[in-house]
Amino acid sequence: MSQKLRYAYYPGCSGQGTSKEYEQSTRAVCEALGMELVDIPDWSCCGSSPAHTVDHRLSSALSGRNLALAERLEGVSAILTPCPSCLTNLKVSAHKMKDPEFAAEVNALLDFPVRNTLPVKSILQAIYEDVGPDALRPKAVRLLTGLKLAPYYGCIMNRPPHIMEFDDHENPIAMDQLMEAIGAEAVTFPLKVECCGASFGVARRDIVQKLSGKLLDTAASNGADAVVTACPLCQMNLDLRQDQINVANNTSHNMPVFYYTQLIGLALGMTPSQVGLEKLEVSPMALLESLPARAEAQAQAAKKPASKGAQS
Amino acid sequence: MNVIALSHSQDRDFIAQVEKESGQNVSLCYQCGNCTAGCPYTFVYDIPVHQMMRLLQAGQKEALLSCRSVWLCATCQSCTTRCPNNIDVAHIVDVLRHMARREGYSTEYGVKSFVDSFLESVEKNGRAFEMGLLLRFIGKTGRFWTDVDLAPKILPKGKLSPLPHKVKNPEAIAKIFERFRQECQK
Ligand code: SF4
Ligand code: SF4
Repeated sequence: MSQKLRYAYYPGCSGQGTSKEYEQSTRAVCEALGMELVDIPDWSCCGSSPAHTVDHRLSSALSGRNLALAERLEGVSAILTPCPSCLTNLKVSAHKMKDPEFAAEVNALLDFPVRNTLPVKSILQAIYEDVGPDALRPKAVRLLTGLKLAPYYGCIMNRPPHIMEFDDHENPIAMDQLMEAIGAEAVTFPLKVECCGASFGVARRDIVQKLSGKLLDTAASNGADAVVTACPLCQMNLDLRQDQINVANNTSHNMPVFYYTQLIGLALGMTPSQVGLEKLEVSPMALLESLPARAEAQAQAAKKPASKGAQS
Repeated sequence: MNVIALSHSQDRDFIAQVEKESGQNVSLCYQCGNCTAGCPYTFVYDIPVHQMMRLLQAGQKEALLSCRSVWLCATCQSCTTRCPNNIDVAHIVDVLRHMARREGYSTEYGVKSFVDSFLESVEKNGRAFEMGLLLRFIGKTGRFWTDVDLAPKILPKGKLSPLPHKVKNPEAIAKIFERFRQECQK
């Protein structure tokens, strides 16, 4: 980590709206960890899922414009984005453009061509690989001991593996380890890479209610107090739509859904408003306030068997 | 169960076209069903994904382009990741959806309208504009009650800007769409 960490940064559209708190906490955490994010000048929408469902050249061109802009920046080692949907689009475009024929078709739609010189990674990957849980641990001034989290990666952060090239595609662990480094506990969560209903919330809400409902049920039955995620769409489906889900499925979840960057930020000593906790729909404040007492109880419980052992 | 008279209805050009656009060899599928086993959307599909693969091998163009499943696939990549023959199944479904769109099918009108609204918003502003996108969707579908229950939750949080976050030079993005349309007409 002696070398300066400097990256081209692609914020993504949802960061300007529905996932403002992700954007805010991402920037704050990266700064605190010594990762310099250089915004891609005048970045535009990557096309998200809608573009690739219409045509791959169009989708790659919309992403490609941003790749090309990032390549003009000096001294950056990779293009980073917090959003898995943007990540997929940018990575798929870069991957497909390794084929010269396809690259030519895409470049014909652009003002200036993509040279395909920079790797594209998620912020999660950069924090995990370039900083790492071991370097994060000593920086945590406020451990989140007692907090039980269901680590939810979403369906496309790690899949398909030949394109995403990060972590395990069935049982990813990067976020688990980062959460453990700040004192929280990652509970067993078998649906780490299942789909939440993606962008069907508007057109086919029934789909989101079923799939996200299953995620919340499974998180709860595995003892999680909250879900931690790295995806704006997953977060919105699970958090903003939690009431709709409860009504549809006759459940009563009241489960906070954090961005992992918000929790790292808290552990690094930031205030709740610095990481945008008030922007979450299901308030996590009561849960967070209960943590010191829980940590105390855990410490007591840990002492007990030891003292018993000493007596006998 | 559907019985298909293969000798009459197998469209070989269609198979070749899908293989060309997706870069996949559809004959590699041996119908193990792994893709369907992991597909979270089977519960809303009219044709499960392994059966789509079988229909594709049988060149059943009409059945595939008119089905709901092509519109409801979320490209979650489960099938692609788990296919023992390394077939990029999600890519094939994506290509079928492109073809269905080009040939004028819109079996899931709501889904198609959402995609159209999204891209119109990007073409106009250079970035996706959530509030505008929702209004466009409502305009297209007449579903004026869409997510009204979310408004009191999200509006006070200052997340949804009433005005689009435009790029400095939206024409640059509009030009990408324009050139794309010209290419499609060639
Ligand atoms: S997983 Fe692959 S081989 Fe098995 S049915 Fe699906 S496409 Fe065919
Ligand atoms: S990519 Fe589509 S077809 Fe494949 S598993 Fe996911 S939703 Fe099902």
